[in-house]
Amino acid sequence: MEILVCARRVPDTSENEIEMNSAGNDIARDDLVYSVNEPDNYAVEEALRIVERSGGNVTVVTVGGDDDEEILRREMAMGAKHGVLLSDQSFSGADGRGIATILAAFVTKGHYDLILTGVQAEDGAAQVGGMLAALLDYPFASLVDSIETLEGKLKIGREIEGGNREIYEIDLPCVLSIQTGINEPRYVGMRGIRQVASVPIPTFGAADLGVNGNVTGAAVKVKRLDYFVPPLGKGAEMLKGDTAEIVGQLIELLKAKGGLK
Amino acid sequence: MARIFAYIVHKGGVADDSAAELAAAAGKIDATESPVAVVTGWGADCDAVCESLRASFGEVWKIANAALAYPNAEIVRQALVSVLPSGSLVLIPHAHFGTDLAPGLSIKMDAAYVPDVLGIEGMDGAVLKLVRQEFDGQVNAHVRCDISTGAVITIRPGAFKPVERTAAGGTVVDKSAAVGALTARRRYLETIAAETGDVDITRYPVLVSIGRGIEEQENVAIAQDLADALGAALTCSRPVVDAKWMEKSRQVGSSGQTVKPKVYLACGISGSFQHLAGIKGNPFMVAINKNPKAPIFRVADVGIAADILEFLPELTSRIREK
Repeated sequence: MEILVCARRVPDTSENEIEMNSAGNDIARDDLVYSVNEPDNYAVEEALRIVERSGGNVTVVTVGGDDDEEILRREMAMGAKHGVLLSDQSFSGADGRGIATILAAFVTKGHYDLILTGVQAEDGAAQVGGMLAALLDYPFASLVDSIETLEGKLKIGREIEGGNREIYEIDLPCVLSIQTGINEPRYVGMRGIRQVASVPIPTFGAADLGVNGNVTGAAVKVKRLDYFVPPLGKGAEMLKGDTAEIVGQLIELLKAKGGLK
Repeated sequence: MARIFAYIVHKGGVADDSAAELAAAAGKIDATESPVAVVTGWGADCDAVCESLRASFGEVWKIANAALAYPNAEIVRQALVSVLPSGSLVLIPHAHFGTDLAPGLSIKMDAAYVPDVLGIEGMDGAVLKLVRQEFDGQVNAHVRCDISTGAVITIRPGAFKPVERTAAGGTVVDKSAAVGALTARRRYLETIAAETGDVDITRYPVLVSIGRGIEEQENVAIAQDLADALGAALTCSRPVVDAKWMEKSRQVGSSGQTVKPKVYLACGISGSFQHLAGIKGNPFMVAINKNPKAPIFRVADVGIAADILEFLPELTSRIREK
């Protein structure tokens, strides 16, 4: 099976506390550490497990700039055979639909049986997979937490509320957004990354993909204006003092509220 | 102004609580016109839902078809595309069904898409200004959306307070005939119920809950010690289950268990809305997190800015002294 995984490079929230810049209209970006969007590792791992079982290749693709090559190499170090960068000056400012349009143009240039995305990225939008499927007119499922390969189709599980799961059969080719926890993504060491450091990464621009004009300008319907800190509301009463004092206060509170007899 | 449609999620003939929240959100977009409720389904359940919505919506569009008996988003989308007028605003709850349906629906309707909206700031011409959250709720963002060709918007559960509606006596309009052939390249087979674990966390009045801040599997024992000292159950947020450090049956949240304790100690938990959605009954909530800006401090009653790996053992040993 030929599998394409769409990945993205994002600020790493396990390395950064997101704070506002001094102007108060954007997040402070100077010290941000970037890495691959964590849910995308689950998608790559799942793709690798499928080809290990039933043959084929895994290709990882991202829309971005030269800096984004590093995440392609990371996923190649996991075992993806190819990395592809879709890059063009005119792609900056593309909204979710624009990204899906660029990816769809790339997909139609090749042949993929299965396309995977991570469940969501740092913006929590969870949109590109479903849009990509609709643009390609492929079936789609979100929040997928199990995949079994059958002839010409897959048997998949979807996570729904309360820990329950829906089971579906879905025809290939299709697009799936992969929920975190579906597997344990394999570890990637420095040595693995060095081994793929010089593998060429093909790059395709707007002209190569034939998406001139329809991902920028008036085609951008959704645009972030600024970031801001949410209103605090009531907020928690913060306990002050040294650790011993705070522990003392907390024990009294727990007694009063029925947490401790 | 385009008409606003509210997609009604329902089960067993009863509309989900999100129906009233969508109506409230629609009122923030356009207070002058009542939104239209859209119900897809089949048989008596579908009829019962439509009937119940007459009390709160001026108009209810019923789309009944045997293929819609189970809410398979791939089939529901086809039905909506053939029934909803182009240029419409479509509101859908941002839960597992919404993420399955809405992105593709926006493409097929050639409409803008804004997911997981928690605030609506108003309309300027054909531009709607909305509020979203990014980075697990650490920051909010204003978003502008050009609705000139319509929009699909998913609404964060709990973000919009239902308002009393007086549009009683709404009419049910049967749109079933407008639906063409429905094909299913994704076919529903069955639903598998959640696995029950060794401990029923929904029965405990006190919960010690851990998140990403526990850092390593070996550290789970630190929190278990505290839970034992308090006679509490140990629960967790999603990252702990994803890492396979605890069983799924211990997860609190919209995709895990819904709990209703008296006291909830959130330890190293950032406080995503999916996690908070699993905590009901307004317990006394203590948050312990080394990031003083963690969103959990916005909702907790008492906060402690500390590293749980240092703080929890101190707390446990003092409790045991007593």
